[in-house]
Amino acid sequence: MSVTEMTTTTGVVVGRVEDVPPGEGRTFVAAGVQIAVFRLRNGSLHATQAACPHAGGPLADGQTDVDVLLCPLHQYAYRWADGSSTSGATPIRVHPVREVDGNLVVEV
Amino acid sequence: MTAILGARPAGATALHLDEELDSRGRLVVVGNGMAGARFVEEVLERGGGEQFRITVFGDEPHGNYNRIMLSPVLAGESHEDDIVLNSHDWYCDNGIDLRAGVRVERIDAAAKQVHAADGSVTPYDHLVLATGSYSFIPPMTGIRTDDGELLPGVHGFRTIDETRAMLAAVGTCTRAVVMGGGLLGLEAARALQGHGLQVDLVHAMPWLMNAQLDAEAGAILKKSVESLGITVHLDVLASEVLGTDRVQGVVLKDGRRLDCDLLVVAAGVRPHTDVAVRSGLEVERAIVVDDQLRTDDPDVYAIGECAQHRGSVYGLVAPAWEHARVLADVLTGTDPEAEYSGSRTATKLKVAGVDVAVMGVSTPERDDDEFLVISEPKRGVHLSVVIRDDRLIGATLLGDTRKVAFLTQAFDRGAPLPEERIRLLVDLSGGDGSASGMLSVAEMPADSQVCNCNGVSKGDICGAVSAGCGSVGEVMDRTRAGKGCGSCKSLVKQIVEWAADGDLAEDPAASYYVPGIPMPKPELMRAIREHDLRSVSAVFATLGPGGKDDARSKMGLTSLLKMIWGSDYIPEKDAEFINDRVHGNIQRDGTFSVVPQMKGGVTTPAQLRRIAEVAEKYEVPMVKVTGGQRIDLLGVRKEDLPAMWSDLGMPSGYAYGKSFRTVKTCVGSDFCRFGLGDSTQLGIDLETRFQGIESPAKMKLAVVGCPRNCAEAYVKDVGVVAIGNGRWEVYVGGAAGATIRKGDLLATVEGRDAVMTLAGRFMQYYRENANWLERTYDFVPRVGLEKIKAVLLEDSEGICADLDAGMQRSIDAYTDPWGQDAREPATPGQFRPALPLIALPKVPVR
Repeated sequence: MSVTEMTTTTGVVVGRVEDVPPGEGRTFVAAGVQIAVFRLRNGSLHATQAACPHAGGPLADGQTDVDVLLCPLHQYAYRWADGSSTSGATPIRVHPVREVDGNLVVEV
Repeated sequence: MTAILGARPAGATALHLDEELDSRGRLVVVGNGMAGARFVEEVLERGGGEQFRITVFGDEPHGNYNRIMLSPVLAGESHEDDIVLNSHDWYCDNGIDLRAGVRVERIDAAAKQVHAADGSVTPYDHLVLATGSYSFIPPMTGIRTDDGELLPGVHGFRTIDETRAMLAAVGTCTRAVVMGGGLLGLEAARALQGHGLQVDLVHAMPWLMNAQLDAEAGAILKKSVESLGITVHLDVLASEVLGTDRVQGVVLKDGRRLDCDLLVVAAGVRPHTDVAVRSGLEVERAIVVDDQLRTDDPDVYAIGECAQHRGSVYGLVAPAWEHARVLADVLTGTDPEAEYSGSRTATKLKVAGVDVAVMGVSTPERDDDEFLVISEPKRGVHLSVVIRDDRLIGATLLGDTRKVAFLTQAFDRGAPLPEERIRLLVDLSGGDGSASGMLSVAEMPADSQVCNCNGVSKGDICGAVSAGCGSVGEVMDRTRAGKGCGSCKSLVKQIVEWAADGDLAEDPAASYYVPGIPMPKPELMRAIREHDLRSVSAVFATLGPGGKDDARSKMGLTSLLKMIWGSDYIPEKDAEFINDRVHGNIQRDGTFSVVPQMKGGVTTPAQLRRIAEVAEKYEVPMVKVTGGQRIDLLGVRKEDLPAMWSDLGMPSGYAYGKSFRTVKTCVGSDFCRFGLGDSTQLGIDLETRFQGIESPAKMKLAVVGCPRNCAEAYVKDVGVVAIGNGRWEVYVGGAAGATIRKGDLLATVEGRDAVMTLAGRFMQYYRENANWLERTYDFVPRVGLEKIKAVLLEDSEGICADLDAGMQRSIDAYTDPWGQDAREPATPGQFRPALPLIALPKVPVR
């Protein structure tokens, strides 16, 4: 990963907003942890653990909408709001993420 | 022996509102069995907990349990804890006052009070009687002791306590007599026999299960039961029970004596009506109710087996649960006009290890009733149907219930019957399969009922799958399918597996093309054209409810927009599934597979050499020959994809998409001594023309040079067979995956060009009219072969020119995605690893 890690008082800069295409997700490493960051078409940012708790699927490769993220392997759906699974499966961890001067800042 | 099923842990208490302050109506339910407890659930589901203070009286001290499952408990196949439906905790958590183990003595309808055996008096605003049935004990000399109790060793088979008593006895007993050759008696006999007891079954009627089966089927069932080692005595009554302190045997009317140390009486049930009788309610065979389950007292209702509606008393759980639904609708005001109009009972069960399904009448009743019987006593199979005026009015399936889904559908809804009636009962291979009524799981209509107990349709199950239920158990929890008698569990499992197959689950419950846009496909296509919507985000913004996007709809919309707009489609990578974003099939560890195009399955030494070099250079963990006559490089890291494609220098084989995949061929007339046509070249031509065309589901083709069918053209979405003299047969709708189906012969045409035109026209018709993820093997029977023939061969709708033009537009828009994205990524980080800290591949290297 070419991104320089930079610890701020409240979070880690993992990359630039434009590194994540609209509606898609990309995985970054922040403080030694893989984090999947998503930029929805409505402009909102979300960050989750990178691997699906069900079978380790790469969540950054999943499809999204305003409510949920779908794992690409078995279509388990997780809510952005709290990481809970719509089917009652193990939830995913969600991380606060925001944009600061075009940088993606994730709290790990 | 005294443990309470579904008991609340000691010390737990419930909080109750002060009676005086509670303004809610008082709803009292007498009976905590399958009907009563379900009724309470239905009331709660409708928000009735806000409306009513609910009190439930149960004769038994237990929570609510699944009485249907007592047979497996007796057989030792289920644990009693597994059959608890609602524990005491559940009642407490829902604020319900459960009086378990308290028998109600009478009702004072004038004062609107319930008097119970514990001396309590409970007022009600609405009273629901769900008292169920009790085991009928026929009058026999010696069956009771002087104090009126059953002689020790004699048991009914109706409650968990009776079941426990029998289970306790099986250790010490060696011989059992079971009285009653109905369902319960047979189940008890098999269970006891499974515990090692020698079992005699005594049945007063001339054949087993006489209420459900005809004589012939009953005779076959008898053979199956006897083959288990159970001795069956028919057409004979037991007149006397022997033994003073404990049962020692029974004497039959004909004088024979059967020794036993356990006697199970399963000679039918009788509705529990004594409370109703004592309280002055109208009782005939059971408590008489109207279409709103109301007795002759306007505030007293009866549901389940204790109710008599329009002269019928039901002994099955499905009607009882229908009663519960209707009454909950009425009392909660959810639908004050709700009415129950009777049940057409269709039953599926497994009795003594034999599958049985019965519905309607078992024998013809009128001269012109059609009656079809297939009887195979040796196999223990007996199948029959009764048809009147082209409608199924009865069916009996014994020993083979594969056809039950379609027959239930036909029986419940009057679905059309196949002309060849025998297709109702058996699958016939070959011929015109499209007209037959034989439904595989994939072919079953979404609204066909799967779980009769809970009224769950195939669509409900698929809906649960697409809503994220990832296992059979989750689907059953969410839909309640299989939670009644359990006999449909295997079908539920099949449907769940089918629905979860493929990259995305479909949403067949709705007529929507995709779940997130509330429109069927034709309407959606019109709206897309009308509003000139060229990207998926534009479709959501314009047509989505509230302009909302939906992750599960994106892939289907991408496919549709590409089909409609061709090169004028505005691509959005986030609307594509990962396979389409990076042009490979994602594997379980997040790596991808790379399948280069190999038209018609024909390759060259140079191509093979290149593939071998690439496989070595990128340390591909597995190289595999595919079923589609190509070579698959499996376990490729996402970041290696562009370089591999460049090194390969071959176009994508589209082995990942919902698209035209491949054309298998045989070696045809150039090499094969039997070949009647150049199938190899025709396959290459087809693949060249239609490569990469997106479609509602994948399309796999084959061309064979003679009817020996070496490349399996008969079971392809489009299959072409040379029959000589330049003539080709074109088959459509074949399948050899999860579903096996021989394709239907669409036409026999002259020459290669005619094949190309017809194949393209069919595929375009399918692309424009099939539902998302609907394979041709579903599409062709759904639309009907005759209609497809008329449209494509006779141009009955005048659309052939449009179909040809539509296909040409897509062909013109084709670009090889590998060549394109290998040069320049479509989006930033298109090929960046999604799990950068995990060393891939994790698959074993071969």
